[in-house]
Amino acid sequence: MKVTINGVPREVAAGTTVAEAVSEMTPAAAGIAVAVNDEVVRRADWAATRLGPGDRVEVLTAVQGG
Amino acid sequence: MTGMPEMTGVTGMPGAATTGTRGPEHADAPDGAGDALVLAGEKFASRLIMGTGGAPSLEVLGEALDASGTELTTVAMRRLDPTVAGSVLDVLGERGIRVLPNTAGCFTAGEAVLTARLAREALGTAWVKLEVISDERTLLPDPIETFDAAERLVADGFTVLPYIGDDPALARRLEQAGCAAVMPLGSPIGSGLGIRNPHNIELIVEAAGVPVILDAGVGTASDAALAMELGCDAVLLASAVTRARRPGLMAAAMRDAVLAGRRARLAGRIPRRRYAEASSPAITPGGTAP
Repeated sequence: MKVTINGVPREVAAGTTVAEAVSEMTPAAAGIAVAVNDEVVRRADWAATRLGPGDRVEVLTAVQGG
Repeated sequence: MTGMPEMTGVTGMPGAATTGTRGPEHADAPDGAGDALVLAGEKFASRLIMGTGGAPSLEVLGEALDASGTELTTVAMRRLDPTVAGSVLDVLGERGIRVLPNTAGCFTAGEAVLTARLAREALGTAWVKLEVISDERTLLPDPIETFDAAERLVADGFTVLPYIGDDPALARRLEQAGCAAVMPLGSPIGSGLGIRNPHNIELIVEAAGVPVILDAGVGTASDAALAMELGCDAVLLASAVTRARRPGLMAAAMRDAVLAGRRARLAGRIPRRRYAEASSPAITPGGTAP
C-alpha cells in the first residue's frame, strides 16, 4: 500500500506498524516523535498502530534552531 | 545612541529599578549573581537563554554554550534525516542544559500546536517556545495565530513561552491567557538591529506579572545589557553568538553583558539630566576647596 513518510511517497507492506516504519529510518528511538495524519502517535502505541493506505506519516526530531 | 531610551518627562526615568510593579520583589536581591531567574516555578542561575541555530558545527556550538553559562537552550523540530550524524540533543545532554523546543517554521496555530505536541513526545518536556511567524521575509510573529495557539497549548497543559512583537497589549493578553512568560522581540530574528523600541519593552516589563524575556534582534553585548537594564528578566539569543566571527568569545561577552545589565537594573540607574551635576564638592566663593 502507498503511504507518505516525511513527504516522500513510499510503498510499504500491508499491516506495517509505526514502529516498523520508524525502525527502517533510524535505529534510535530517543528524541523522535511521530504523527500520522496530523495526530501524534505516542511511543507506547507505535508497535500496535498499523498504517493504512494513504496515511501521511511525519517522523520528527530536534535540530539546531531558535 | 540608537536604541537608547528617550527621556519620558515626569513619569520617571527609563531603566529606573524602582519603576514597575515588580520593583520591590527584585530590590531584595543584593547582587546580579545568585539571583535566580524563576520560570514556571523552575530556577535558573543564568539569565541568558541560548538558541542553537546558525552554529557552523556542533563542536563550535558546544564551546559557545559552555562560554555562555546558559542552562536553558532552544531547539527546533524538523523531519528526521537519517543521514545526519550527531544530534544537538547530545550537545545539550552532555552539558546538563535543559531543552526548550520551539515551533519555529510554523505559520498557523494548528501547525504550532501539532509541533509542540510532537516536541513533548520526542523530548519529554511540556515547555514550548511558541513561535508562529507571519512571513519568511521578516519572520515577524503573527499575533492572531500566536494567541490562538497559546490558548490551545495552555489548555493542553503546556508551559507556554510565546515569541511576540514588542506589543504591551498582546503581552498582557497572553499573560492573562496563562502563558508562563512573554518574549517580545528587540528587532527581527537574526537582524542584529538591537532593541528598536525600548519604550515598549519598558511598558511590557512594567505591566507584566510573568517574566519578560527579550527575544530576537540582539546583535552585540550592549544590546543584551540594555535589555536587562530595561528590566527584562532574561535574554534569548542565538545568531549574535553562533554567527559571530568567534562564537565562544561572543558567548562569554553575552554572559557578562546579561549579568552587568541585571546588576545595573537592580542597582538603579541615576536620572538623566539636561545639565551637569557636580560630583566634587562645590567651591564656595572666595574660599578654598577642601
